[in-house]
Amino acid sequence: MPPKKKSDLAISVEEGMEVDATDSGSEDEARRRSRNRRVKPQRKVKCVSDDDEDEEEDEAPRKRGRKKRAKPQDSDEDDEEDKRSVKNKGSKAPRSRAAKVEREDDSEDERETKKKAGKAVPKKEKEEKNLEKKGNVKGKEEKEKDAEKNKKKKKGKLSSSSSDSSSSDSAEESLSEGEIEALKEQVEEKKQLIATLRNKPWRMKRRLLMLKEAQDFVEKFEGALGKGKGRKFYAFKVMMTKKLIKFKRDFENFKTACIPWERKIKEVESHFGSSVASYFIFLRWMYTLNLVLFGFQFGLVVLPEIMMGLPYGSIPRKTVPREEQATAMDLSVLLDFGGYSQYSFLFYGYYNNEKMIGLLKFRLPLSYLLVGIGIFGYSLMVVIKSMARNANEGGDGSDEGDFIFSWKMFTSWDYLIGNPETADNKYASITTSFKESIVDEQENQKDENIHLRRFLRVLANFLILWCLGGSGYLIYFVVKRGQMFAQMNKEDLTWFQKNEVEFVMSLLGLVCPPLFETIAELEDYHPRIALKWQLGRIFALFLGNLYTFLFALFDDVNEKLQNEKLIKNATEWALQEYQANYTAYFNTTAVPPQVVNPADVIRGPCWETAVGIEFMKLTVSDIQVAYLMILIGDFGRAVLVRFLNYCWCWDLEAGFPSYAEFAISDNVLGLVFNQGMIWMGAFYAPGLVGLNILRLLSSMYYQSWAVMACNIPHERVFKASRSNNFYMGLLLLVLFLSLLPVVYTIMTMSPSFDCGPFSGQDKMYNVVMDTINQDLPSFISNIFSYATNPGVIMPAVLLMVLAIYYLNSVSKGYQQANKDLKKKMQIARDEEKNRRNNKDSTNQVMKDLEDLLPNKSLIPPPAEEEEETPIDVVVSKGKKSLKTKQGAKQDGVNLERDVSLAAPNPRAPVTHGPRPRERPPVNTRGPLPGPGRGRGRGGPPR
Amino acid sequence: MGNKQTIFTAQQLDAYQDCTYFTRKEILRLFYRYRDLAPQLVPLDYTNHPDVKLPYELIGSMPELKDNPFRQRIAEVFSEDGEGNMTLDDFLDMFSVLSEMAPRDLKAYYAFKIYDFNDDDFICKSDLEKTLNKLTRNELTEDEVRMVCEKVIDEADLDNDGRLSLEDFQHMIVRAPDFLSTFHIRI
Repeated sequence: MPPKKKSDLAISVEEGMEVDATDSGSEDEARRRSRNRRVKPQRKVKCVSDDDEDEEEDEAPRKRGRKKRAKPQDSDEDDEEDKRSVKNKGSKAPRSRAAKVEREDDSEDERETKKKAGKAVPKKEKEEKNLEKKGNVKGKEEKEKDAEKNKKKKKGKLSSSSSDSSSSDSAEESLSEGEIEALKEQVEEKKQLIATLRNKPWRMKRRLLMLKEAQDFVEKFEGALGKGKGRKFYAFKVMMTKKLIKFKRDFENFKTACIPWERKIKEVESHFGSSVASYFIFLRWMYTLNLVLFGFQFGLVVLPEIMMGLPYGSIPRKTVPREEQATAMDLSVLLDFGGYSQYSFLFYGYYNNEKMIGLLKFRLPLSYLLVGIGIFGYSLMVVIKSMARNANEGGDGSDEGDFIFSWKMFTSWDYLIGNPETADNKYASITTSFKESIVDEQENQKDENIHLRRFLRVLANFLILWCLGGSGYLIYFVVKRGQMFAQMNKEDLTWFQKNEVEFVMSLLGLVCPPLFETIAELEDYHPRIALKWQLGRIFALFLGNLYTFLFALFDDVNEKLQNEKLIKNATEWALQEYQANYTAYFNTTAVPPQVVNPADVIRGPCWETAVGIEFMKLTVSDIQVAYLMILIGDFGRAVLVRFLNYCWCWDLEAGFPSYAEFAISDNVLGLVFNQGMIWMGAFYAPGLVGLNILRLLSSMYYQSWAVMACNIPHERVFKASRSNNFYMGLLLLVLFLSLLPVVYTIMTMSPSFDCGPFSGQDKMYNVVMDTINQDLPSFISNIFSYATNPGVIMPAVLLMVLAIYYLNSVSKGYQQANKDLKKKMQIARDEEKNRRNNKDSTNQVMKDLEDLLPNKSLIPPPAEEEEETPIDVVVSKGKKSLKTKQGAKQDGVNLERDVSLAAPNPRAPVTHGPRPRERPPVNTRGPLPGPGRGRGRGGPPR
Repeated sequence: MGNKQTIFTAQQLDAYQDCTYFTRKEILRLFYRYRDLAPQLVPLDYTNHPDVKLPYELIGSMPELKDNPFRQRIAEVFSEDGEGNMTLDDFLDMFSVLSEMAPRDLKAYYAFKIYDFNDDDFICKSDLEKTLNKLTRNELTEDEVRMVCEKVIDEADLDNDGRLSLEDFQHMIVRAPDFLSTFHIRI
């Protein structure tokens, strides 16, 4: 029974797509229109002749008309023909199917063919149509205006040669308030339709057609709305919205045009699946984030200092000291960030502590501090925002276990794959995963070796912990040794001794991840779970290393601070001595300031710059190692395998060394930790962000080349799933962890006395305090002092805690409700299943009642029994006969409907909201299988 | 830029943008992709809606589709004649639905159509078997296939009619974490 099925589908489509509101409106209207048209086919034919010039925009329907010219022109009375044509079109589905729902004696399709038949009249027809539409609006409310409507139609016909505007003008005059309201509503509806058109599962042609109709309608009647005074304003508003829409679209276009590397990522994606591509997308995301950070850092800190601050060589902090000047331009020194680069804008020490600089009176120190904190604020915001967005997108994920096989079946193919090799791997991995699931399902648990596996997992974790501890200790040891080396004379040290810390850290980062991977083999997890474990472990390793490094660095800084005090005393003492000497010599107290070449001034160690240099070096060595590893580990290996394979005793490509796979976890974590270092170091080395941008930019090209050239797809291609949020979570954690040391130094350490924007201050944040106290109006400082009062802060914290508690409990409540509903659904399903399996107890209510009234008075009345039998017969006869039967009964009682309304299944699972009355509820659940129909209506006769 | 004017009129481009999830640039890129499949067939001027159809053999040979086990179904579902021969409109339609921007409901609807091999608006056992065999290249035994299909229906069939209706399918697919990320083709 195809027609019925189709109608069912159409109903559910409309439901599912949430098109009811807008769709049914337009559908109704279309139907009305067509009915009206049907009344006067002759007139239309007449029009064909007198209208030969067509608007360009009408070409779509015309074209279609041309194409389907062969179709019956007199389809008005040929229902059967029409049906066949629909069937011929096969899956032309939703559109024609939807039409069938609407069909009572007339179908949309028919209408369309009619439209096609009248292909040469589009303009005229539209005019008429529009008039009719208007008429319909009225007709909806006031039926008695029919006569007028007809008149207007005639008028429209007469004025076929006149322009659109004149006819619409003439129509407008007769609009009353209520009509305007209705019209407005309709215009809104149409606008809504235009906005949501792309969400409809229609063919493009229909969409284009609807779009044009809606647009024309809006165009035509928007102007008519609003009267007198309001009219101009309305027109203006309409115009502005149009402009706004256009602007928005252009802006969208511009924005997408700005997204770089789309094609590169696509290429990688098609070769390696979405998991590898997710790394590159993450890299791109990181790049944009860093661009913004760089914008802040460069625009608000670096550029003002370069443009408006004192030039190089003017003050000691901007000058290379005399003893270093000989080697300051050596490449080796520069690469170690000594010499000129140490005293350049790349580092903290370069910035002057002048409160305001330049013509603009730019407060550089304040800006420096605020940018340093703002970077964290911005990053935090962006990370959390994208995390929230990802969480929204990725399904609720609550019923993981419910649809194992269905998901495997319908979502396991990655539509992005466009490479035969990857596709092969994918086929294999899907097959394996199905087999695994089947085995799991059959056996549920493999009991025999669970102890062994547990033991292995514990062992693996133990080994990994041991590695982590060892690496932490190694770094601490090396940093301590580095400090010892730093005390010694620089010339005595070898290159290795100077760069020991970076070297060891990079080496650990290099050796440990593969080691972990090897150890993880013991555990035998599913690759996606294994990836997470691996990520967690490498994360712990990097984090431990970073923090050990930091602690060692802070030891160093404290030492430097002690040292600095001595130097500070020494300079003060020198100054006093100079003054005393001057007074003694010239016998005057008016001492002119000492004139010393800035290169010769005694200066402190400037620990901030030292920290900045450490981070800079770490970053650079990180880059070097990463790139070298790709070159040797991936490219070198690939070349070796490829070319030695011709003269080797075993198959290198398939056998032991093979080609490398792209290590997603290592790369992602490398990126995350690199970012952590940037965040930490950016405060001490404003140039670090710029360096990072270069790194990300180059690694995008380099890595995408490397991955395409020397890596092979993963043997078990698995999807990225929601690990994107996992990366983000890691990033958030790293962000928080890198926030800590920076904030700690800002709040507690005293800045160097002779370098950097905060020199001379006791604490860095004093800059803010000073600004608030001195430069802002006093009431603001009052407010600030109140706000920082513990009396205010404590309640605020309390309030927040309460809010968190409240929201938490609310969300728990929702979860509970969700769970309950799910349980209910499950129960309903089970019940249904049981009912199907043993039909004796079909209707629960009936059964209960029967139990109460044992005399079985509730057996279905015989009248229905009679009705039921013919249907069953029909069903058994097959589809075609049913159709004819239905056709025959069309104007009489709708048998089926009556039957199903008579006894709707009271226990049907509620899978959708209430719907229009006239549709039989049984229908909505799909076509009725023969015996199933009986089930809804009480027990079978016993 | 000059090229743009000759292929589509501004209104056409606007209309396409309203009807798809693409920007102007992407629409043009798609047009060129479409044209590259058969330069001799597709004219460079679309302002008067030439009636051009590319046969399935050409569509299916696109690198984006050629390794997809469901390529024929995709082409059939999106083509107007149901046999995989596509006009430019169909082509745009297809990639619009498969684009990243398309909402889950729309994707679910078309995914349903794709997996509904016999076009009866239900995914029944035979459809499932076909899907599974395409996914695994017939490497599962018959018993295994039957079992998996039974499991799928058991899991997802809410109204217990032994096959999956669109609603069942949507109910199941909107919860899948991977659906959105895998059911799209970047063009």
